[in-house]
Amino acid sequence: MQAMSEQKRKIHPHKFTLWVAMGSILMMFAGLTSAYIVKRSQASWMMLEIPMVFWYSTVTIVVSSLTVHLALKAIRAREMVAYRRWMVTTAALGALFLLLQVVGFNALGENGIRLVGAGSNASYSFLLAISGLHGLHVLGGVIALMVIAIKAVSTTSRTYSSLPLEIAATYWHFVDALWIYLFIFFNWMK
Amino acid sequence: MSSEAIKHGHAVAEVHSHDAHDSHGHDHHHEESFLTKYIFSTDHKMIGKQFLITGIIWAIIGGLFSVLFRLQLGYPEMSFPFLEDLFGKWAAGGRISNDFYYALVTMHGTILVFFVLTAGLSGTFANILIPLQVGARDMASGFLNMLSYWFFFLASVVMFASLFIQTGPASGGWTIYPPLSALGQASEGSKLGMDFWLISMALFIVSSLLGGLNYISTILNLRTKGMSMTRLPLTIWAIFFTAVLGVLSFPVLLSGAVLLLFDRNLGTSFYLSDIVVKGEILPNEGGSAILFQHLFWFLGHPEVYIILLPAMGMVSEILSVNSRKPIFGYLAMVGSLFAICILAFLVWAHHMFVTGLNPFLGAFFVLLTLLIAVPSAIKVFNWLTTIWRGNIRFTPAMLFAIGFVSLFISGGLTGIFLGNSTLDIHLHDTYFVVAHFHIVMGVASFFGMFAGVYHWFPKMYGRYLNNTMAYIHFWVTLVGSYLIFWPMHYSGLAGMPRRYTDWSNWQSFNQFADMNRFISTVAMVVFAVQLLFVFNFFYSIFKGRKVKSQNPWGANTLEWTTPINPGHGNWPGDIPEVHRWAYDYGKDGREFIPQTEAVGEHESKH
Repeated sequence: MQAMSEQKRKIHPHKFTLWVAMGSILMMFAGLTSAYIVKRSQASWMMLEIPMVFWYSTVTIVVSSLTVHLALKAIRAREMVAYRRWMVTTAALGALFLLLQVVGFNALGENGIRLVGAGSNASYSFLLAISGLHGLHVLGGVIALMVIAIKAVSTTSRTYSSLPLEIAATYWHFVDALWIYLFIFFNWMK
Repeated sequence: MSSEAIKHGHAVAEVHSHDAHDSHGHDHHHEESFLTKYIFSTDHKMIGKQFLITGIIWAIIGGLFSVLFRLQLGYPEMSFPFLEDLFGKWAAGGRISNDFYYALVTMHGTILVFFVLTAGLSGTFANILIPLQVGARDMASGFLNMLSYWFFFLASVVMFASLFIQTGPASGGWTIYPPLSALGQASEGSKLGMDFWLISMALFIVSSLLGGLNYISTILNLRTKGMSMTRLPLTIWAIFFTAVLGVLSFPVLLSGAVLLLFDRNLGTSFYLSDIVVKGEILPNEGGSAILFQHLFWFLGHPEVYIILLPAMGMVSEILSVNSRKPIFGYLAMVGSLFAICILAFLVWAHHMFVTGLNPFLGAFFVLLTLLIAVPSAIKVFNWLTTIWRGNIRFTPAMLFAIGFVSLFISGGLTGIFLGNSTLDIHLHDTYFVVAHFHIVMGVASFFGMFAGVYHWFPKMYGRYLNNTMAYIHFWVTLVGSYLIFWPMHYSGLAGMPRRYTDWSNWQSFNQFADMNRFISTVAMVVFAVQLLFVFNFFYSIFKGRKVKSQNPWGANTLEWTTPINPGHGNWPGDIPEVHRWAYDYGKDGREFIPQTEAVGEHESKH
């Protein structure tokens, strides 16, 4: 049993791996946003008009961070009904966020702004490339959340280990915080 | 997931005497099929071998490409009909076409830098050595580790396929600078081949990241009892810093590559502005080609150390073991690795001195670049003092390790020339640069890799490599490398530019025709000797002399406490406990004291 206590003081290797991975992802976005800053100081920069939809998607992902936290609290307290409810809510909010992002870029297109192709401006292309890459990372998180949610709802297996959700929740908070950073960045660095 | 946690708990929990590993009794083997053992293996040792053998195959291809373009450079007036038989329109009339030449140079660089010296070198030895030397059953996540290899394999398939498409593989240099690389209409090598290149590199980056994450968390979380960070062998420290560099710099290259893919396929203008190709004015405006160089070299420079650090770590270990002396200045070695790791991120613009970079900004990069000489000199000093008055055993691994130190000094000194922004105005894009980075990064790292292969081959396959072939391999490679790259310094100083197919019509560089022929001839001999090594490698896997003793080199580190052919899990019994650092050689009248031996009462301090 001494081994157990020794084990508990150390962070789980998979969790640790996730932290390193988040550092790595952060470097990618640091690279992209600094490229954006360099580009912004050069000629023919266009002021970004950020559609209202992106505000809604920001609220969605912030709320989903809250619900994933509630799900984690629920499984730790063994309140499985609440756990299932919050898991499904979180996964749904994650999917909604992605949907809203797509709606946002469509709105830009409808306003006659070219994101790609001839006549496109690097400012908006950056918005698309950076948010798109962020979206891919969110998509990975949504898939992980959905797998956990399906396992939570399924009647064939019963799992009470909170580790998978702990890892997924940490990642989810990370992509949430990353989006908030990007959102502030885009609004501030028009 | 849970089984690993149990494994780990097991490792920490059960601490008996270090003799436990001798009992082969309770070896729990689970049945493995051919597929799970050799193909989709999650055993770090098998994954390491997969990286190594894939790397060897790539090295043969990449090396062969250099022989092909050296044929052109050394014998510009001759035609080789067999080239036309092999490559058709790319070598019409038996002479390598200009496009093909550039494609060969580009692929040679890409393959050697990424596929051989990144995946083949650090992928191999990180996988094989980390769990064995820190005392772990396997990596933190065997599954991610397996994925890391298979992403590398996929990247290899895509890159290999690009060699066979109609417009040829990517060309434009391994740095694939836009606008050339962004515009398909600009050259054949910027068409489909470039997309393949970018996709392959994206897969490769995913592979390196998955690997690097695993290496870091294994080293930090799965060390056996008693293995504090300051008791780690220097190989592990070096691999640790390599992984940190990779995890922080590869994502930046990925972002650069993604933007380039956008520019190529979606008509964006991240890197493009005011361009006229073949009389056609392109609509792109507002982009900056220099932006790509910043993103590229922010990876590109750390990449040099990603290649070099594992070699440094292995060389430190091998020099100490084979001199029967403790490594000199262990903490200084760790500190200098750390310093190199930090500085690696602060010097990227020295690749861009002549891009119109602000000269005042350049001055800072000169200073930071030259600062790298300090940790490098510390390392060289410590290697020399380690072997100084040692009881040296000239095993092939030791010879290659000493060769590494020699090459690192010769190549490092020319780095001081190139780090100066003023000298760089004259020296950039000349053969001086080619000579510098081939010696210090290419050949030196290869020597580190060879040293590692010769030293740990007995652990990998339970057999020895043939010594006679090994000595021929060493001497021809060492002498050959100097003969190839030393003369290039002179032509470089004379201003001979790199990446040109033919200088014969160029009055100022005609004088080097004989020298070029000489270099090409030596290059072919050296390439042939590498094939001898490849033969030795595969022959010895099956027919080599069998290893009879568990610890053939008399080394202290943990990998030599495993059985001669360790199974999945490495130690049949409990994982041994560590009581001391890895370098107690020639201490208190004993030749070596393994890390697993408890510190005696009257033992002197190191």
